[in-house]
Amino acid sequence: MKTDRLLELLQENAQLTPAQLAAMLGEREEDVKKAVEALEKDGVIRGYHALVNWERTELHRATALIELRVTPQKDTGFDEIAGRVMNFPEVESVYLMSGGYDLAVTVTGETMSDIAMFVSRRLAPIGGVLSTATHFVLTKYKDGGVIFNSDYEERDERGSNLCD
Amino acid sequence: MIDFETLLNPTAKNIKPSGIRKFFDIANEMEDVISLSVGEPDFHTPWHIREAGIESLEKGRTRYTPNRGFIRLREAISGFLSRHYQVQYAPESEVLVTVGGSEAIDLCIRSVVSPGEEVLIPEPSFVCYVPIAQMAGGVPVIIETKAENEFRLTEEELEEKITEKTKLLVLPYPNNPTGAVMRREDLEAVARVVERHNLLVLSDEIYASLTYGAAPHVSFASLPGMRERTILVNGFSKSHSMTGWRLGYAAGPREIIGVMTKLHQFAIMSAPTTSQYAAIEAMENGDEDIEYMRGQYDMRRRLILDGLNHMGLSCFEPEGAFYVFPSIKSTGLSSQEFCERLIYSHHVAVIPGDAFGACGEGFVRISYSYSIKHITEALERIEAFLKEL
Repeated sequence: MKTDRLLELLQENAQLTPAQLAAMLGEREEDVKKAVEALEKDGVIRGYHALVNWERTELHRATALIELRVTPQKDTGFDEIAGRVMNFPEVESVYLMSGGYDLAVTVTGETMSDIAMFVSRRLAPIGGVLSTATHFVLTKYKDGGVIFNSDYEERDERGSNLCD
Repeated sequence: MIDFETLLNPTAKNIKPSGIRKFFDIANEMEDVISLSVGEPDFHTPWHIREAGIESLEKGRTRYTPNRGFIRLREAISGFLSRHYQVQYAPESEVLVTVGGSEAIDLCIRSVVSPGEEVLIPEPSFVCYVPIAQMAGGVPVIIETKAENEFRLTEEELEEKITEKTKLLVLPYPNNPTGAVMRREDLEAVARVVERHNLLVLSDEIYASLTYGAAPHVSFASLPGMRERTILVNGFSKSHSMTGWRLGYAAGPREIIGVMTKLHQFAIMSAPTTSQYAAIEAMENGDEDIEYMRGQYDMRRRLILDGLNHMGLSCFEPEGAFYVFPSIKSTGLSSQEFCERLIYSHHVAVIPGDAFGACGEGFVRISYSYSIKHITEALERIEAFLKEL
């Protein structure tokens, strides 16, 4: 089984059925199912979700990128603080970064002020956090490899040739 | 008032227009059409190849090149052909860089066919061979290949059509529109006939890089004794996703390439300079791109084949190019009817098989040069269409 191919296909489109995946990879459907299960069990595949463009809905939703500078803890380094940060349901992602700050945290909330409150009341007081800088997302052009505004999507210009 | 009817060259005027036009016209007027109709790659030209073109522009390299093309490009082409297909050509005298593979086809036919001589053309195939042969004063003789032979040209079919006027055999494999390939033993059988009847062969191998399955592409010119009888045509459009750069090449015996160069020199002068710079990069450092794209096409090929066979459109497994050519005879519709009803009712565009020769009737050409998402959506619509018939 070409696991790298399987993962690429699923990352691109998690809705492909085992039968379709099997056809593309030249494998048996049963084997694909088993391989996917194994990848899920091993924690390689961590989940499947829809890429929602909330701007196109009636719902209010704000997102911010927060730079955290923290003091690494003895023995645990950044892991302990990251662990505390990631447990908040408001937090969508946490990355350890190289460069000018340490943790990049994506936070979502209904409004910008919800997020501001969350940062000042929940994140900033955590022991070891030296500073926070909050950057609000104004619009998402592309997320998870997908262009969000179809106006910006590339047009298929082919089909003008009458004898190809 | 000028009467153009009497002024135009009657041969040119009477050339049949491409049968594909109608469906593009319908598709263009509709919204929400999913097309599986085009015959060009969906991939962009790999960036490093584009960059080589851009760099040449930045440096102001915008002049004519030698008529035959840059020697460095011809050397690179020669190396590519040797590396991939085990055929040897002298870059100085046996390679000509052309404006697409199609110019090479045109030059070849005009260089070797005299008025009244017959050109053997297997069909279904790409639509250009017949009109070009006609314009050269040649007589196109169609060989109808068959689905039960997986659209391969057989020794008997070929032998049957040979007369004392036969001059040239066109060998369009891997084939557009059927996706058929010729294996070594099939080519050997053809070579025996070619030898026996002293024919020349125009081997259009533009899809050579897109060969799937276990056996790699075999170039007709690599068969014993065939190099001297073969004009090998290839290019960059399909292998490196470079359709718009308009660049191809011919390789063959120096005497034939010499005459082709003369025609090329007067009609074209030299192939586009920017494209030639890009093509040098493609030939020297592009083998990985070919492998990548081939792998992607292969997955799509399997997906679409599986989908069509599941919905009852029987389809032999095509091993080349990026087309499948399923039979639609089980629907009781003609190719034209099938395509018209499919586009009007479910907004999916495919090409009727008879656009590629009368024997393509009963089949449709479906291109898989599209994203997997696009293909799965189109398959769902085709399935819904078939259920409603």
